[in-house]
Amino acid sequence: MTDTTRLIIVAVGGQGNLLASGVLAEAALLADIPVRMSEIHGMAQRGGVVESAMVFGDAQSPIIADGEADVLVGFEPCETLRALNKCNTETVVITNLAPLPPFTVAIGQGVYPDIDQIQELIRKKTGRLIALDASALAKKSGNVRALNMVLLGALIQSGVLPLTAEQVKEAMRTRTKKAFLESNLKAFDLGFEAAAAI
Amino acid sequence: MHKLLTDQPGKKMMLLGNEAIARGAIEAGVAVATTYPGTPSSEISLNLFQMSQESDLFFEYSTNEKVSMEVAAAAANAGVRAMCMMKHVGLNVAADVLMTLAYVGVKAGMVVVTADDPFMFSSQNEQDNRFYGKLSGLPVLEPSSVDEARRMTAYAFELSEQLGEPVILRTTTRINHSSGIVELDKIMPPKTKGDFTKDPMNQVPVPAVARKLHVKLLENWHKARDIAETSDFNIIDGKGPGGIICNGVSYTYVTDAVGELDLGDRVRVLRLGLSHPMPEKMIKDFLAASDKVLIVEEGEPVMEEAVKAFAQEAGLTLPIRGKAEDLFSRLYEFNPGMVRQCVARFFDVPYTPPEVPDLSDIPPLPNRPPNLCAGCSHRATYLEIKKAVAELGLDTIYPTDIGCYTLGMLPPLSMADFLLCMGSSAGTPGGFAVATDKKVISFIGDSTFFHSGIPGLVNAVFNNHNHTLVILDNGITAMTGHQPNPGVDMSVFNLQGYGRISIEKVVEALGVQKIVKIKPFKLAKSIEAIKEALSYEGVSVIISEEPCALFAQAYKLKKKRAFYISDACKNHRDCINQLACPAFYIENERVHIDEVACVGCAVCAQICPENAIRPVKKAG
Ligand code: SF4
Repeated sequence: MTDTTRLIIVAVGGQGNLLASGVLAEAALLADIPVRMSEIHGMAQRGGVVESAMVFGDAQSPIIADGEADVLVGFEPCETLRALNKCNTETVVITNLAPLPPFTVAIGQGVYPDIDQIQELIRKKTGRLIALDASALAKKSGNVRALNMVLLGALIQSGVLPLTAEQVKEAMRTRTKKAFLESNLKAFDLGFEAAAAI
Repeated sequence: MHKLLTDQPGKKMMLLGNEAIARGAIEAGVAVATTYPGTPSSEISLNLFQMSQESDLFFEYSTNEKVSMEVAAAAANAGVRAMCMMKHVGLNVAADVLMTLAYVGVKAGMVVVTADDPFMFSSQNEQDNRFYGKLSGLPVLEPSSVDEARRMTAYAFELSEQLGEPVILRTTTRINHSSGIVELDKIMPPKTKGDFTKDPMNQVPVPAVARKLHVKLLENWHKARDIAETSDFNIIDGKGPGGIICNGVSYTYVTDAVGELDLGDRVRVLRLGLSHPMPEKMIKDFLAASDKVLIVEEGEPVMEEAVKAFAQEAGLTLPIRGKAEDLFSRLYEFNPGMVRQCVARFFDVPYTPPEVPDLSDIPPLPNRPPNLCAGCSHRATYLEIKKAVAELGLDTIYPTDIGCYTLGMLPPLSMADFLLCMGSSAGTPGGFAVATDKKVISFIGDSTFFHSGIPGLVNAVFNNHNHTLVILDNGITAMTGHQPNPGVDMSVFNLQGYGRISIEKVVEALGVQKIVKIKPFKLAKSIEAIKEALSYEGVSVIISEEPCALFAQAYKLKKKRAFYISDACKNHRDCINQLACPAFYIENERVHIDEVACVGCAVCAQICPENAIRPVKKAG
């Protein structure tokens, strides 16, 4: 298993995680690193959870078993916590801290957990937590929708993936819309810097 | 140019499994492609639809899977390569065609793609369509990876021509919705016109002909089995006395497990890619050289039962195991971890899974089920039906159907009581109406109505069932990603040359005596009209017309006009509690509307007792 890195990305439909995984796949293709990925996005546009699994390296499987993610990236804190079953005690977890409560909370069918408690639980159970307000950083980049690129920046900074910032930026140039490229690159850098400061 | 039309053999591309299948068909020179959309197959047809607009390919969204297979079968009998694709349950709809098409056969290559959905990520059952290979006698190909999906699709056309019968390409969600690196092959230009040579003694299966054709089908089955014996898609890796037989995506899990457990010198792996008819001799030889064999297949024990039968015939008594309490389940999908664990257990090698954290102290998390979009017209219709039913004091049963509107099942709407399959909302009400004294109100979408709702409605009229059918006409096949259907105005897609069928005229022509049409965003008017239809004894139809909000936004069919909650709000929360529209959120114990999400359907504004919900004024 040593030559393989397993990444799970969880997000809420509409947060742009399919673009993020697309950029990573493109970067791996450019870097000549074998990659497979699998996505469950049947109801993404109806506000459900979207999960992407990416396997870099020698393994053949396109999906990741419970407890076997090397790194988990969560675009929404409660969803990050929900995906902890994918992690083991060594897993590196990167999460956005800006909550997006599901509508079930608004109609009184559930309680949204406390953000500090979420962080504490993740920190206690996994190898390392990198938590940042990616939504705020996206806003700072000039494009609120660049949350995905902020988290990519943090992910690459963590050094868990066999990809460099330059490779990912190159992939962003081919995969993301020209009009947003500048803000996307900026968002990536902001995420990278924020993770470095943690 | 569409990326899948790139004519650069050897070029590497990251493709979705479904894109790879579409590409494989293009490489094989497919000329006619037909479908009824269904997850997880939908992107195959979406890509072919797009490519048909810039190439010689003929593509159609057919009314249903049965018709789609008929169109493809006739094209293939006229000598042009054809493919039809559908989700697994779609093949049930087309099964009548398939079973006799197997007898009649084809003149040019024809591929039937069936996309199974183990774990039911987006399906109502997880039936194993490998049985259709056995049932029809047709060959089945099962890819294990994205690139192989491309190669196998292209090969399937050749195999079909070699045998003169259609070939089934069976995938699962994890192939359709996985992405991997694909190396492009050259594109064969399609032959778009053929000819039909009349040969009724072989193509009109009256009993005397069919008896002869069945003999031919069995001969073909033997030919196909011989091909499977030496097929490049049936492969053996590794060495040693242990054996694993597997198929599809499970092969990738097995390969990883054998590598990780260092079993390459102890265990041989037989992967069946051309999995029906099974290569009998190959399997018997494999068994004879093994001391024990593990069968790794998702779904039903299709291979396992056959392999056990082969062992019996060969007089072999080695242990052969697969589905068992301590090994594999018939339920859901597999994953690399559980396959690794079962392989370790079966071959008796030590294995410690990664240490997983104890999650027992995680507080219960709020669910995040998919929800009807903000401004979805279905939400409005459901609310109005509820209000009309309450005003009339009816005791109701709500059969529903397959589409976004099935999401109306969730509270607070709770508008779905019974569902079987596409079109069942038109047929099941008859049974409820005769077996109970309740008012039966059922829901069907426009696309589903055309797919298989019409016969149910014909039946209801003929047998005079007491039933109200609500046709939720949002002008598109929304759930699978906004595909056209026979009621859609194709100019929206900038396409000409299509017909368009009026649902209202169809319903009228079927002899429904009570038809009302509503515009669901007009609450009071709609409720009155609904009450009228519900009060009618016999078959009544309500047609609720309003474009799908997501589609309308994407194609700029409607102007967006967001609403906000003014200070007049007394915090009753009727809006959020009755509608659960995802544009609402609570902040500081007050209801707010997310202006980005709100499309301005104004339904909430019509139920607010304080008139507190108002349109946002444009600045300036
Ligand atoms: S896609 Fe259209 S039909 Fe489906 S939930 Fe959204 S608005 Fe409603």
